[in-house]
Amino acid sequence: MASSDTFAYLRSRYLPDHLIGEILSKRWIDNAIPFSALVITIVVMGSIIPDFLSVSSLSDLARQFAEFGLVVLALTVVMISGGIDLSVASVFSLAVLFSLIGVNVYALPIPVVLAGILVMGIFCGAINGVLVGYLRLRAFLTTLVSLIIFRSIYEIVFVKMSTAMMSGFSMSDLWLFIGEGTILGVPTSLVITLIIALAWHLVLSRMRPGWRLTAVGGARRSAFNAGIDVRFMVFLTYVASSTMCALAGFLFAARLGSTGSDTGVGLEVQALTAAVLGGTAIGGGRGSVAKAIIGSLLVLILTNGLINLGISGPINSTILGAILLTAVFVDMRWQKHRHRILAKVYVSPAYLALPPAPKVDAPGSPYVLNDRLRSVEIIGLGQIEGPEDVILDRDDNLYCGTRHGDIVRFFGPDHQRSEVFAHIGGHPLGMAFDRVGNLLVCIGGMGLFQVAPDRTVTKLTDETNRSWTSIVDDSRLRLADDVDVAPDGRIYFSEATIRYEQEDWATDALESRPSGRMICYDPRTGKTHTEIPKLVFANGVTMCPDGQSFMFAESWTCSISRYWFDGPKKGKTEKVISSLPGYPDNINRSSDGNYWLALLGMRGPALDLAMRMPGFRKRMARRVAPDQWLYPNINTGCVVKFNEKGEILDNLWDLGGRNHPMITSMREHKGWLYLGGVSNNRIGRYKLPDADPNWCAQDAYWGPRA
Amino acid sequence: MGKVRLSQEGVVFALAVALFAVFAVLLNNFLTAGNLIALVRSVSILGILGLGMGLVVIGRGIDLAMIATMVVTLSWVLSMAQAGTPFDTALAYGFLLAVAIGLASGILIAYADIPAIFTTLAMGLVIYGSGRAFLFQIDVQNTPSGVAWFDFLGRGLLFGLPMPIAAFAVLAALIALMLMRTRFGRFVYAAGDNPLAARITGVPLRPLIVLQYVVSSLIAFLAGIVMAAAVSGMSTRVYNSTMIYDVLLVVVLGGISLSGGRGGVRNVLVGTLLVGVLLNGMTILDITYTTQNLIKSLILLLAIMVDSFINPRDEQTSQQSQGDI
Repeated sequence: MASSDTFAYLRSRYLPDHLIGEILSKRWIDNAIPFSALVITIVVMGSIIPDFLSVSSLSDLARQFAEFGLVVLALTVVMISGGIDLSVASVFSLAVLFSLIGVNVYALPIPVVLAGILVMGIFCGAINGVLVGYLRLRAFLTTLVSLIIFRSIYEIVFVKMSTAMMSGFSMSDLWLFIGEGTILGVPTSLVITLIIALAWHLVLSRMRPGWRLTAVGGARRSAFNAGIDVRFMVFLTYVASSTMCALAGFLFAARLGSTGSDTGVGLEVQALTAAVLGGTAIGGGRGSVAKAIIGSLLVLILTNGLINLGISGPINSTILGAILLTAVFVDMRWQKHRHRILAKVYVSPAYLALPPAPKVDAPGSPYVLNDRLRSVEIIGLGQIEGPEDVILDRDDNLYCGTRHGDIVRFFGPDHQRSEVFAHIGGHPLGMAFDRVGNLLVCIGGMGLFQVAPDRTVTKLTDETNRSWTSIVDDSRLRLADDVDVAPDGRIYFSEATIRYEQEDWATDALESRPSGRMICYDPRTGKTHTEIPKLVFANGVTMCPDGQSFMFAESWTCSISRYWFDGPKKGKTEKVISSLPGYPDNINRSSDGNYWLALLGMRGPALDLAMRMPGFRKRMARRVAPDQWLYPNINTGCVVKFNEKGEILDNLWDLGGRNHPMITSMREHKGWLYLGGVSNNRIGRYKLPDADPNWCAQDAYWGPRA
Repeated sequence: MGKVRLSQEGVVFALAVALFAVFAVLLNNFLTAGNLIALVRSVSILGILGLGMGLVVIGRGIDLAMIATMVVTLSWVLSMAQAGTPFDTALAYGFLLAVAIGLASGILIAYADIPAIFTTLAMGLVIYGSGRAFLFQIDVQNTPSGVAWFDFLGRGLLFGLPMPIAAFAVLAALIALMLMRTRFGRFVYAAGDNPLAARITGVPLRPLIVLQYVVSSLIAFLAGIVMAAAVSGMSTRVYNSTMIYDVLLVVVLGGISLSGGRGGVRNVLVGTLLVGVLLNGMTILDITYTTQNLIKSLILLLAIMVDSFINPRDEQTSQQSQGDI
């Protein structure tokens, strides 16, 4: 191994750069940045401001957060639906004012005041809601104007009532409890806010109205087309927003017991900064309660800290404005370029040194070229698309999957007539029959399904155990591709990759990273677990006659291995063939006790060399359009027969590529070999010259029909 | 349908005349020469600002930082002049500051794709805050004495008209010429009507947007000069007032659609007239400042509603990625 190769190997083996892409593709990454900013702010402020983390300052912060957090939450709800509500600030101050008037001047009972304040909030929200929701005015400008209108009302009333308000005083215990009391040591107002936050969290993440709200913000027209009453939803968000702000004002009034001419001035900018900093998207569709909480804590701690440090008001507002601009800038860029960044970072090729490919054109080579598949009989030409796997039952009926999500059955023995046997929805890949004749199907993107002879479709499994070290969610089955059943009924199936969907298989080929696996589903317990992790595009599995082991293929390493799941060698894996001339796909048993193997494409020296140059492939993935990449050569494939020792016994080619350029599967049945290809529009049927004309795979494996 | 087409500026003009007539009949002091001069003089600043705002709104933007720009640049200029810098040099610095502010807003809007209303709202905060913190210390700046042209700008007469009005008229003529006759002006309409189409046809959309904000920023600076000359100083109180909404009121009432691409200088003139009459009448009626705010903002809301009915937003060209803002 040359030193540059050693370096490439070590780098690819020990530097987990594929994790960057996986982390960036996570949804929680949106929260991670604001959260780290929050932690950093707390640490910095805590170290430069004395008493920052003292009990009294924390309880003060908690009460401020109860009010401010509620306002930010209100704004967040509106922003998720695609709008914006600047009037939060003046609804808040109006609520403070009217609470104090109600309590101090007219000495009304506290519940009555609270009810009145909430009604006022609903009323203010309804005004905004009608204007923006039903009259379709611009949210920003409209709420900016309603901000001024409510503010003017505040100032007019404040001047008239300020003396009466200041001289009055409430002795209500409830008022004191709301303002200064605690529940189990937690300030009352904080408890109220947390309950509301939790409720909103449930609504937004778990309930229908919340999902509709997000849909309206994410794609207004699609939401409308899907039957959501968009205008009413928008109307509701403004009502909810103003009501929450009114409650926040009520809490503020209870805490401070007074109001000034500047109460709530500039609150809208603070709340907006908090919402955007938390990661709520301007324009809607993205936002959560957690984001609102993170953002409001961040802004609150920041502004309190700046005041503590003696920084003057104007600089304070400059900093706030600058932070707002920066946050919006980053948010806009991130939203716009997220997919592009992800696409560049996600592909992360690994180092893969393949043994030299056996020569196929040398005399004496077991792979010697021929054209025996050129003269196959064609079944179902043009009627099916993408029969990745084919299988035959005891009655000579032929089954195959199609790209359209059907399983098509051709009636034996001539296979001229066909019908849709079952419709499942995803592209059926590998197939197998169990003891009682149920058809087991691996479906790309969906998982493992069972079709009973009476055509009832059952989902067997679509998830396996989540491994702790994996960043992408590897509990989901993304690309289950071949299946076989052990004599005791356990179902073993291969999954090609956990990093890509079926249509991106070529990108996984470019990576050649061990991200596939063998999975076992046990029908007796209904449990699924990963049997062998970290395989390179596991693709093809078949049981060995001993009933304790199976053969499986790994496409990109061009190898076949044998794994023992039972017996004395349990848990062991042995390489059977370590270097094929092409990329192996499905494996199936032959009538003479050996194995048929399909090669979906052939190796080429250029790609083999590129496999040892991960950096080169990464650059290629970044800079070259996907249709210009180096690909496995899938224009030519073949079928080979091998035995348990890994010796190649036979091979079948269609060198001209006239009928079967790409072969992904083959089944032997009563002297014929049936051929399927994932990109073909036909099934081939080849007469095997010296095979047992009565051999049926089901009878041979499960015994004659009961 | 029919031959009589009600244009918004016609309606507004009629409204202004009607309001004028009502005030003239009902209010004793309204129809005096002194009051009329005062009326026009007081709205000329609003009108100048309205010209800048109008330009940006035609290009489908908005500039909420105009008042902050006006206050900060002029306060800085005056405080420099007070400290002994020659007035012309100070003005040159102010000019550069205004250009810088316009460039900053414009670049953020055009190249960073931040919604204009967002950018300028935050820019207003940033400009005022940093100006107040770094550029000048006291709230009220006085004009330096002995600059002849500056005094003339404030108190002189041109053909019998007070200079602020003359300045407004000249600027209005210039902007009208620019909008109607220059390539820049026509591009502003094109970009405001349908930005993507304008871009596809080869209009340099982003530089154009930047230029609009630079121009509106400079107009704000100019308005500041006229204002400082007219009232012999500049106060930061102006920033804290709701003047920016008066400017918006002028533009929207005058009939420049917030959807962009429509309207012109004539609309600004009509809007200014109506708002001027309204403000003057309310002041004579002795309505308090806060109540005036309430009335003005209610009218603004009404105007926005009417605008959205007359010029409904085009779903095809309104910016979907930025939601309903």
